[in-house]
Parts: sequence; C-alpha cells; structure tokens
Amino acid sequence: MSSPQNAAPQASVGAPLLSVTNLEVRYGDLIGVADVSLVVPKGSVVALLGSNGAGKTTTLNAIAGIVPASKGKIEFEGQAIAGQPAYAIVRKGLALSPEGWRLFVQQTVEANLLLGATPLADKSQAPHLLQKVYAIFPRLAERRLQRAGTMSGGERQMLAVGRALMSAPHMLLLDEPSLGLAPAIVESMYETFQKLHKDGLTILLAEQSVDLALEVSDTAYVLQVGKSVLSGSARELANNAEVQRIYLGAGH
Amino acid sequence: MSNTLLQVIVSGLLLGAVYALFSSGLTLIWGMMNVVNFAHGEFVMLAMYVAFMVYTSLGLGPAASVPIAAMALAAVGMASYFLLVRHIMKGPMLAQILGTFGLSLFLRYSAFWWFGSDFRTLPDTLVGSPFQFAGLRLDAPRLLAGVVALFVTLGLHLILTRTSLGSRMLAVSEDATAAQLMGIRPERMQAAAWGLAAGATGIAGALIATFFYTSPTVGETLAIVAFVTVSLGGFGSVPGALVAGLLIGLVESVSAYKLGPVYKDVVVYSLFVLVLWCRPQGLMGKM
Repeated sequence: MSSPQNAAPQASVGAPLLSVTNLEVRYGDLIGVADVSLVVPKGSVVALLGSNGAGKTTTLNAIAGIVPASKGKIEFEGQAIAGQPAYAIVRKGLALSPEGWRLFVQQTVEANLLLGATPLADKSQAPHLLQKVYAIFPRLAERRLQRAGTMSGGERQMLAVGRALMSAPHMLLLDEPSLGLAPAIVESMYETFQKLHKDGLTILLAEQSVDLALEVSDTAYVLQVGKSVLSGSARELANNAEVQRIYLGAGH
Repeated sequence: MSNTLLQVIVSGLLLGAVYALFSSGLTLIWGMMNVVNFAHGEFVMLAMYVAFMVYTSLGLGPAASVPIAAMALAAVGMASYFLLVRHIMKGPMLAQILGTFGLSLFLRYSAFWWFGSDFRTLPDTLVGSPFQFAGLRLDAPRLLAGVVALFVTLGLHLILTRTSLGSRMLAVSEDATAAQLMGIRPERMQAAAWGLAAGATGIAGALIATFFYTSPTVGETLAIVAFVTVSLGGFGSVPGALVAGLLIGLVESVSAYKLGPVYKDVVVYSLFVLVLWCRPQGLMGKM
C-alpha cells in the first residue's frame, strides 16, 4: 500500500499505456479534480474507485478530451494528449463509453455503431467490427434497426460499449457501466469486460461499486474529493480498512 | 373534376414543390443547430442573380444556372458559417437573431449597390414555351421548377436520413460532445449543413428566376413564404417542409381560382393559424 506518487502499480502487466500526472480540472471557480495521478499498464484493467463526486467522471472526461485539463500531464502511448480535442484523441485509439451513455437516441442501433467507426483510418474494417460487436452483444444485433432512444437501460449500456469498440481502440475508458442496471445485467456486462481484457484490451474503469470493480481489475486507484489518495493491487485494496473507511465515511 | 380545376391543382402543386425546396434549407439549418437564418431570403435572391448573370454573360438557361447557383450558394453558405455563424452561436439568442439579420441586410444592400434597384426578368422563352399535355396547359419554366424542386427536396431528405454524412450531421445536432467522442469535428458537420442548405436554396433560386422577377428586395417577399412553410411543416423537418410547401401551393392556387386572387393569402394564412392552433409544433415537427 502506498500513495500514487511514489509507487508503480504492483500487478504491472506491461509498459504504461496511459499515464496521468497531477491532473487538475476546473469548471470556472469550481475544482472538478484537484490532483489525480495514475498509470494504466498495457494489457491491464485498472479501476478508478470513489464515491459520488470524487472526480471519477471528470478524470475520464479529461483523459478523453471532452473537458480541458487546467494543470497536469496526460500521456497516451508516450504522446502528450492533454489539451487535444476529443475527436483527435479517439483517433489515437482511446475510446470512452461516457457517463449516461450519450447515445444518439434519434438514430438506429446500427447507425450509432457505425458512427462509432468514424475514427477508423481504414473504413473498410467497419463491417468486420460491426459483426464482432454483434457477436459480443447479440441483443444489439436483434435490435439493429430500432431507435436507440427506445431501448432499455441494459441495452443502452451495451450500445455505448459496443459503439466505443467500433473504433478498434487500444484502450477503453468505461464510466460507471453498472449504474442503474439490474444485477444480472451487470454481471453479464462484467463478464464481457473480462473477455475483452483477455483479448488484450486495456481498460480503465470508473466504478462506484468497489467489490465489482476489484473483482475484475489488476490495480485500482481510490479518489476522494478530487484527489487520488490510495492505490495498489486489487487484492490489497479489497482487504484494506482504509478503503472501507473512505467509502463509509465520505460516500454513504 | 373540371379540367380547369385539375389545371389549377397541378400548377398549385408545382409551385408548392418550389416552396418546399426553398424552405428546406431554412428548416435544415434550424434542425441542425437551432439557428434561424434570417438571411435565407437573401440567399434565394443571390441565386436568382446568379441565374440572371449566367444568362446575360453566357446566354445559358437553367441547365447551367442551376448547378452554378448550387455551387455558388454552397460557398456563400459555408463562408457565412465560418465567418459569422460559428462565432455568434457562442453568444446569446439575440446575438444569433441580429447576426443573421445583419447578414441579410448586408447581402440585400450589396445587391442594390452591385446590381442596381431595377427589376429584372429572364426571357419567357429561355426554358421553353407553354405546351399541352393530357388536356392541361403547362408552363415550361414552372413545370421544370416544380419537378426539379421535388426531386432535390427528396434527395436532400435522403442525404440526411440514408447517408453516413447525414448520420454524422444528425449526431452533431443531437449531442455535439458525444459526436466528438466518435471522432467527428462538429464544426465541419455544421459547415457541411450550411453548404448543403444554401446549395439547395441556390437551386431553388435559379429555378424561381425563370418565372419570377429578380430584384434586391425579392428575398423579403420569398422569406415570408419560407417561414410560413417551415413553421407549418414543423421547424427542423424536411419532410414537413415538403408537405407544407405542397399544401400551401395547392391551397393558394385553388382559393385564387375559387374565391379570387385577392383572397388567396387570407385563406393560406387562416389555414396556417388554424393548423398551428391545433399543432403548435407544425404538421411534422417535434415538441
């Protein structure tokens, strides 16, 4: 157990794919994130834990480029990406499945998925990726011509993840994929994430449900009022009294 | 049905198709970015002058002036977006209204300065002389304008609903941030929407010029029809503009025949008020 500044994650799978150093995000006078540092090694699943308002979503949004970082560094595949627009970052292979899904509700499931393929340099991959996403989520194939706005919460979550996968990302950012979903759906969603991980996808997962997140992740970071306060391997954090205290103290 | 009534209905529908086309540009811009383009009538006016110049300098008719006006106005539309609209969109609603209103005055008085205030007309024989078909007397310029307008409006609708470009433009209008996560640059799609809308308006203007007078203020007259068509059809809906355009053309033509030309506007606007009374969002608009 250590503070994030002086420790490399212990269950290191490979070289860092993403590293965030002393990230700060301001919304006018408000501070969304004060000081977050984290490292995501290639091929790993890293969980970002914390209660509501701890800064998980803001951190993911800053990495994806939809909110600007006011301070700090963000490096993806060795390149500084802080300050770049979101449309440029996704083309580098970093895809976000955002909070609240943000689907194009007036368009069909398939149109949403094909929009996800826009960042591809080689557009001829799109039909193949579409089949792959339909194989992962057969439910989406059944509903392909239905408007996204008419789907259930679980189906919307599948579509948000599927849409992010359509850009053939090297790394997937998942913002609270269990939020508001029935337990059975959450379970199958997490099985899917584990499969994707086995196929080599690197994942950074923001999650309020600690048990769920620690089950699938290699390492985890705990955020509290906009700061990364704890990090370690998933096993260590699962048995850590401090984690329980932070959640019980600040969150519930 | 009497032959005269059929004649009246056909010419009403042909005029209505033109109304539909020159309104679809206005409705498209609203649907895409919630901006009312008050310079829309002036875009039509510019296209009419393009048609006029194509005739005076090259001696050519709509076969040349329609594509040239489409390209010229697409360029005007994209320039308006990049130089003006992109900036005023960040401001309050009033800035948007006054911004495009300012653009309309700028274009109108530039036309006075450049072309003078004379009313101009293209020769009646440019498209062809009237002919008989199935017992109907058809005016060649109006027939051409109506048929081309119908196909261009349907084409515009297909671009918006069936192509990848349309899907990306719609994505930007639904959620510009989420669209960025798809690697889409919102500004490019908005510029494309302005180009597409103004290009369609250019086609409409070049067609109208074959049977209507051209002057620097003609945009004002035409813009009223466009605003009525768009609000009747539902702001943002191209199929709505098509249905409303055809309906207005038809009602105008039939009431002019049955009640006299003086009363046609009374009937059209009464219908307009009545429809909006029952359906404030327009025939095919969303609340």
